[in-house]
Amino acid sequence: MNPKPSEENLLQGETGAWELVIGMEVHAQLLSEAKLFSAAPTAFGAEPNSQVSLVDAAMPGMLPTLNGFCVEQAIRAALGLNADIQLRSTFDRKNYFYPDLPQGYQISQYANPIAKGGRVQLDLESGETKYADLERIHMEQDAGKSIHDIAPDATLVDLNRAGVALIEIVSKPDMRSAQEAQAYMRKLRAILRCLKVCDGNMEEGSLRADVNISLRRPGDPLGTRAEVKNVNSIRFIGQAIAYEARRQMKILEEGGEVRQETRLFDPKNNGETRSMRAKEDAHDYRYFPDPDLPPLVLTKEEVEKIRKDLPELPDQKKARLVKDYGLSPTDAAILCEDPARGDFFEKTAIGRDARRAANWILGDLFGALNKEGLGIESSPVSPDQLGKLIDLIAAGTISGKIAKEVFARIFREGGDPEDLVKQSGMEQITDTSALERVVKDILAKNPDKAARAKEKPKMLGWFVGEVMKATSGKANPQLAQEILRRSLDL
Amino acid sequence: MSDVSDKKITEADVRHIARLARIAVSEGELSDLAKELERVREWVAQVREVNVKGVASYGGVFDMELRRREDKAEKTDKDDILKNAPDEREGFFVVPKVVEARNGLIKKDISAVDLAENSFQNMEGISYLNAFITTTRDRALQQAEESDKRLREGKARPLEGIPIGVKDLFCTRGIRTTAASKMLGNFVPPYESEVTRRLWEAGALCIGKLNMDEFAMGSKSTFGIGGHVANPWVPPLNGDSKYTVMSPGGSSGGASASVAAGLCLGAVASDTGGSIRQPAAWTGTVGIKPTYGRCSRYGMIAFASSLDQAGVIAKNVRDTAVLLGVIAGFDPKDSTSVNKPVPNYENFIGKNIKGLKIGSIKNFEKMAINFSAYDTGKPFIQPASEMMRLWEESKKWLRDAGAEIVEIDLPHVELALPAYYIIAPAEASSNLARYDGVRYGLREEASDVDEMYEKSRRAFGEEVRRRILIGTYVLSAGYYDAYYLQALKVRKRLIEDFNKAFEKVELLLGPTTPSSAMLSGEYMDEGGREDVLYNYLQDIMTVPANLAGLPAISVPVGKNVKGGGMHEHDAGMPLGIQLIAPPFQEERLFQAGQIIENAAGTFTPPTRWWEKASDEPQTV
Repeated sequence: MNPKPSEENLLQGETGAWELVIGMEVHAQLLSEAKLFSAAPTAFGAEPNSQVSLVDAAMPGMLPTLNGFCVEQAIRAALGLNADIQLRSTFDRKNYFYPDLPQGYQISQYANPIAKGGRVQLDLESGETKYADLERIHMEQDAGKSIHDIAPDATLVDLNRAGVALIEIVSKPDMRSAQEAQAYMRKLRAILRCLKVCDGNMEEGSLRADVNISLRRPGDPLGTRAEVKNVNSIRFIGQAIAYEARRQMKILEEGGEVRQETRLFDPKNNGETRSMRAKEDAHDYRYFPDPDLPPLVLTKEEVEKIRKDLPELPDQKKARLVKDYGLSPTDAAILCEDPARGDFFEKTAIGRDARRAANWILGDLFGALNKEGLGIESSPVSPDQLGKLIDLIAAGTISGKIAKEVFARIFREGGDPEDLVKQSGMEQITDTSALERVVKDILAKNPDKAARAKEKPKMLGWFVGEVMKATSGKANPQLAQEILRRSLDL
Repeated sequence: MSDVSDKKITEADVRHIARLARIAVSEGELSDLAKELERVREWVAQVREVNVKGVASYGGVFDMELRRREDKAEKTDKDDILKNAPDEREGFFVVPKVVEARNGLIKKDISAVDLAENSFQNMEGISYLNAFITTTRDRALQQAEESDKRLREGKARPLEGIPIGVKDLFCTRGIRTTAASKMLGNFVPPYESEVTRRLWEAGALCIGKLNMDEFAMGSKSTFGIGGHVANPWVPPLNGDSKYTVMSPGGSSGGASASVAAGLCLGAVASDTGGSIRQPAAWTGTVGIKPTYGRCSRYGMIAFASSLDQAGVIAKNVRDTAVLLGVIAGFDPKDSTSVNKPVPNYENFIGKNIKGLKIGSIKNFEKMAINFSAYDTGKPFIQPASEMMRLWEESKKWLRDAGAEIVEIDLPHVELALPAYYIIAPAEASSNLARYDGVRYGLREEASDVDEMYEKSRRAFGEEVRRRILIGTYVLSAGYYDAYYLQALKVRKRLIEDFNKAFEKVELLLGPTTPSSAMLSGEYMDEGGREDVLYNYLQDIMTVPANLAGLPAISVPVGKNVKGGGMHEHDAGMPLGIQLIAPPFQEERLFQAGQIIENAAGTFTPPTRWWEKASDEPQTV
């Protein structure tokens, strides 16, 4: 879909240029009370094996039953990703042995997924957009967890996660750089969060990416790919791609062949990837239709009803923020990554200078939140508080510099910006006579500088600084400059 | 299509599929196994002859839609999840290190412990019939007290105080459930199967868990940890040890033997390819396999999910109808359970069959002759002539009662068996993957997890291992289309055959089995290995109803005569006739079955030899 390799994405090797080709398989845990095929609760972080039903533990004779809400969630996600819902889909068994896979197979959708196709818009840092097409979206169950590092002699198995509903979103190999892959992941997360389909929490593993990476000479057919598993942050996606690109380029330039294999991302080792499985253990999953589960049949009506009830999606919202608020596409995209951000912005911007509001949110607010490790939902500063702060600037009551101080204080201690400014006497000095007194005083103390300033108008800046110092930053800088000019006859 | 079905199974193939199935196979076994599996492969490859152009390949029987459950969470007691665990630490299941995680660890030689051997030493109730794996005397007595109280108070439930045996494939809360497998030797389910729950709720008494073939795979009840079950019709023969016990059929041999011997009034069992009907036919009892989806599979240990169905064995048609009425019905816990009201089956007992159109399956005749001609290197006396005569006799009885009999051709029915022996093992290979030694069941200690799998899963018996290997093979890369997918399509063709037949008739009629009971050790080679194919052929007439999900009943029609079949020991052994109905028309089976029972009578073993036998437990 992006047929011409763009020059800037090409990697320059010693033997010529290489094109990076990236496809992603993303697993998203669906938000639901109960698991996909059992009634066990889905809570994260509970005591080991306390969220496990007889079905999840694959007790003999236990049978799966489908959670209807998870189906709705999958449909919602697929519609949000512009995919075609398949009115008839089927569940298959994927057979392999692993201690945290209790049935000895994973119930997944192989032959007939719930959705095919789909398209995701990538917002690049330059403000440009590109598209990545989807191959398919299917439902499946999550596995439990094998913990290798608690006991020295054994692997411990916790089945709390076993059976939680997942959707797997499979892209086409449409991405050409780490930046594009990261933009893809950001957009997926934004859409899934906006739809309340997945909490998008990559650290806790509710959203996980497997990244398929290969290199080729521009214009050549696809090269052999390596799949890097469980890359659980957007930053790591960048690291994993960078590492793989280097590794594969080295192999290829030395005349070797990239092996098709699964590799594990190791965040503790500078984002190295390591081969996971020995070759002899090549997998043969022996997929076949699950005889315990008849086909899943949807009606057009129910799909249309879900479509009708979809909220405004990030791309739509982005376009609206650009159009209605005059934001730059880049700023708008960042504000649309999370529905809570968009809400915060719109609540703050309403009736105010929207660009100023965006700048405050993207700059000071995000900076402060990041430092504290907080999400926007738990921001100590509300849109109302930030809005009032912006109003104080707009009215000229406080300077931008003072505003930063006020912001820092309400972020730490809370409170109403207006009261705070009043109580601490932080209002800007806009009283001309008061400032004239200050200027007179400074000129009197620095007669030689004042004399030089008449010849060298650049000195004016120094005087403005002195005025600000003398007034603890409260002087209105424009007014101070005006008075200085007048007093120095400039 | 390049013909992969011509590719022979080699020792390398066996090594590969055994690795996929995580079952240890020694180098010494490879050659025998490869030969055996190759024979099966060559035979099931017959399904390739069917033209399946345009046939859809959905794995199930009926065109059902998946039901959807409400999103409501329910907690399960953590103890229930962990109490059967072979190894547990602070709430975690524990397994040996996963290979990829044990880098740098010193390899310790942990001695392997055979859990299963110790598991069965205190097994109760080994009688000469060997019909039970576990007897539940205390529980039955306790239930009986409650029943007496209810009877005194006039609050009796439909099966109040009636002793029922349960095939050891149904999970029973607090009572060891083994599926006759070493793999599950110590397993005590913290839950009750839906079918048995309905039984106890109706007031039935549980007298024990019945012997069977391991995981219901077998036709003679010889393949389980419970040992060979004896047919009450014949005392054990003296002499050649391989021929000692007359089989009561299988896999539900414990059920058929205990009912025929009157140890219980009825038994619940399962039927995946004939496991209820064939044992019923061999013991002079009545056995019904209802429509797929009629009884819940919840808590019934899965063998082949698209074929498994619970049913009952009882002394006569009426008891069978009453029992089925209790265990049948919708269960949301089973996505393939069908939500249809259950008629009062007993009301159809004694109803006339005037004008009922019954089709006699003419293909079964040729199949019986082919069966008799099976080349085992052993002398046959003659084809199943007595069975053929009794089949004719049944037609006459039904005609006399007002039914109209026509001949019906089911073009694909002869290929039902090879298709079955692809589909059932394929599903079984996946269903039995859960027996991995992690959460319950047998665990062999090992230094890494893959070794633990392979050693533990080696505990599956010979026949189960064989079927897992066949199933793994037919699903594996490169063979899926040629075998599994083709078999699904043949299955669809067979279903179409039945649909067409039921446009013309309301019931189908044919023998249940081509022969009467066989000796447990019959058709073993000199090395004591079973003749695999010969055993599979026992299911030739029962399997079609499973593949099509149809209800079918076996009713005793008479006794074999000397020279009436292919074996030297046929004389006096019961034979059964089979009726097959359209989906959810079980009542017709009871209606017509009763006509046959009226004419043929009921059948009881000539002596109660097992009561006189010495207390010395028998070993076979």
